[in-house]
Amino acid sequence: MAVNDMTKLTLGPVAYHWSAETRRDFYARIADECPVDDVYLGEVICSKRAPFHEPDLPATIERLERAGKRVILSTLAEVMLKRERKATEDLAAMDAPEIEINNAAGLFARGRQPHRIGPFMNAYNEATIGWMAAQGATHVCLPSEMPASAIAVAARAARDLGLGVEVQVFGRISLAVSARCYHARAHGRTKDNCQFVCEEDSDGMPLRTRDDQPILRVNGIQTQSESYMDLLPETPRLVADGVSHLRLMPQAVDMVTVAQIFRDALDRRVSLPEADAHLAALTGDAGLSNGFYHGEAGYRRIAIVTSA
Amino acid sequence: MSISSETPFPRRPGESVVARLSCLAVQPILTRIVRRIATRHPSLFARLGPHQATDFLIDPQELPFALHLRPDPQALLLRAVPRGAAPRAGATIRGRFLLLLELIDAEQDGDAAFFSRDLEVSGDTEAVVRLRNALDDMDGSLAEETAAMFGPPGRAILARLRRTYVGETTALENT
Amino acid sequence: MSLAELICPAGTPAALRTAVDAGADAVYCGFQDATNARNFPGLNFTPDELAASVAYAHERGTKVLLALNTYPPAGKVDLWYQAADIGARTGVDAFIVADMGVADYIARVHPQVRLHLSVQAAASSPEAIRYYCENFGVKRVVLPRILTIPEIRQIRTEIPCEIETFIFGNHGLMVEGRCSLTNFLTGQSTNMDGVCSPASDVEYVRDADGSMSSQLAGFTIDRFGPEEKAGYPTICKGRYTAPHRPEGYYAFEEPVSLNLSRLLPELIDAGVHAFKIEGRQRSKSYVRGVVRAFRAAVDDIRAGRQANMADLVALTEGQKQTQGAFETKKWR
Repeated sequence: MAVNDMTKLTLGPVAYHWSAETRRDFYARIADECPVDDVYLGEVICSKRAPFHEPDLPATIERLERAGKRVILSTLAEVMLKRERKATEDLAAMDAPEIEINNAAGLFARGRQPHRIGPFMNAYNEATIGWMAAQGATHVCLPSEMPASAIAVAARAARDLGLGVEVQVFGRISLAVSARCYHARAHGRTKDNCQFVCEEDSDGMPLRTRDDQPILRVNGIQTQSESYMDLLPETPRLVADGVSHLRLMPQAVDMVTVAQIFRDALDRRVSLPEADAHLAALTGDAGLSNGFYHGEAGYRRIAIVTSA
Repeated sequence: MSISSETPFPRRPGESVVARLSCLAVQPILTRIVRRIATRHPSLFARLGPHQATDFLIDPQELPFALHLRPDPQALLLRAVPRGAAPRAGATIRGRFLLLLELIDAEQDGDAAFFSRDLEVSGDTEAVVRLRNALDDMDGSLAEETAAMFGPPGRAILARLRRTYVGETTALENT
Repeated sequence: MSLAELICPAGTPAALRTAVDAGADAVYCGFQDATNARNFPGLNFTPDELAASVAYAHERGTKVLLALNTYPPAGKVDLWYQAADIGARTGVDAFIVADMGVADYIARVHPQVRLHLSVQAAASSPEAIRYYCENFGVKRVVLPRILTIPEIRQIRTEIPCEIETFIFGNHGLMVEGRCSLTNFLTGQSTNMDGVCSPASDVEYVRDADGSMSSQLAGFTIDRFGPEEKAGYPTICKGRYTAPHRPEGYYAFEEPVSLNLSRLLPELIDAGVHAFKIEGRQRSKSYVRGVVRAFRAAVDDIRAGRQANMADLVALTEGQKQTQGAFETKKWR
């Protein structure tokens, strides 16, 4: 179907502290094999991690662009310290590649130059999106907790203004950020003295309730869902409602195959139930959830009837 | 959801007779109290919202009976019930009598006590929070108002209750 | 020198009158719906109650600030606009906002009413604050509870608006306005619905061994031994286990209360214009006690007298208290 062919798959910025080597290998494979259209790079969660992988950025950008991907640099979600303010200002001053802004400090620095609005910007409604578009936004990623009804209204408004509209359809959900590092805290350290202990958990540090139910993941200052969001069965409705870009968040699973599953489903080469079963098998123990989309608790998995 | 009427109460021999007699004795007073509140504080019902129809069981541990409250403005009910014959309640609040009274009168901040062990809440927590907020919006003291209905003897009883209570439970004050 | 205004919470008209009588310079409150971040059962104001409350406060020289500090989901923005219209008609002294669309609406339609930037907007740098000042005419920013006093002092020199900081009450851990933890477990959103660990999903379960579990939507947020004091199941103050912490620990924060009474003189000196007391969901008794104590302390400090800090510290006696991020970066 023509509409689906137009729908772009994107790869969100890596939320975790993967080593420089892991990242190099990861993006080499993305460039060579992964059917995503846009790739977001840059450290969004913790400014202390940035020096580890920033030196590789130019080469990674070049490699991805050579493979035909569009590269976008994402700014920090939290901007408080001098180095964070500087990093945000530097990114906002760039002409290319595109940038995705995740903090009002970035909007301030960017002025009316074109930019994308990231998922941390709280673009929940048509009024805010209208305001942002008037300030130069060209694209908006909606907050992950928005239900289908609100996504539809927001997407229509954004499309009418000529904006691209993005929704996360795969991966752990960012549920909170803080000034405090919970990885450091778990190891009896402070943020300033963290020794980058977050590098040990490539898919986040699991938290369980005291009756042993898995519930959340800690990633430095960020708290994520235990379950991976999976809106694959909902993609036809997302596309029909005007969503133009579907975001896959990098997890410690085979992301090339994840992207291939979504691409095949979008292009109707594979039926939705078949594709979703494949995804469930691939992600193994990590539960899948889509509650937010259905206006339910985010951890829930709501079965929908598909016509495929 | 745990419903308090299903929880067994430790009972002493002869307690049920005492309880039933106490209930009979106290009922006319309760009826007067609740009618007076309804007349003087009508906005209370709006804050209860959907829980006007909820059955609350208020269980002052040291009294021989519990109180059954259904804050329905059309058919307001506050009655004393022997613990053994308490109805199925949507929400149960259990604690020492004067603590309950002080919470109602906002003399003590309820948050700490409500969700600590000084006060036990079971059943529908939202119903309890609504009741608490509704009562907190009343000006003046419900205890004083009630005591005043019975003239100087009423005030004297309240004052004595308070003295006893403060003496026994200073530890509770700082929660 | 800073005016050191005392900004006090009111969850009901009775609490508002209590705060006014106890010496609040301003009282903040909200409507009985999703337009504010304390949309709790049985709490808040009808439009008529707000009108009467504004009259009561204004007669006594106290300001009323209306919290419109949630994020309207697309398709429901009108509810926020209507709330702003009612507030403007009622004569509130300022709106406390977070959403850019709502801020833009008020700036255009009700330009005569002051705009304060809610902590829910999470503006924690001079640049972010200036974005709201320059675009919406924001006159005051409520700073997130994550900054140290030297950082606040630095921000003050770089922004064109007043600063309000929290000094007392519940100690939020997550960046406000960026937290979906409640929605993840309950299906009700802090940002869109104004709820946090809603009472409708709370249950206390007594276990056979005398211990008690506090649960939210069926998830055990904490478990308390027979002698331990139980707490309300707020996700960021729960106890969990992690691979390195099999015994269970407060992964985010212990259930503590913020109390900056000892830092008041330093905060005033750093240029903080207004002090906010948290707790619209708390009782009149809390409002009366806290407002009275801080009124006396602020008056003493402004008159050059030594404030009686002991009274302020006693307000949280029996509970754990913290100066949070304000005192030291080590908190982070």
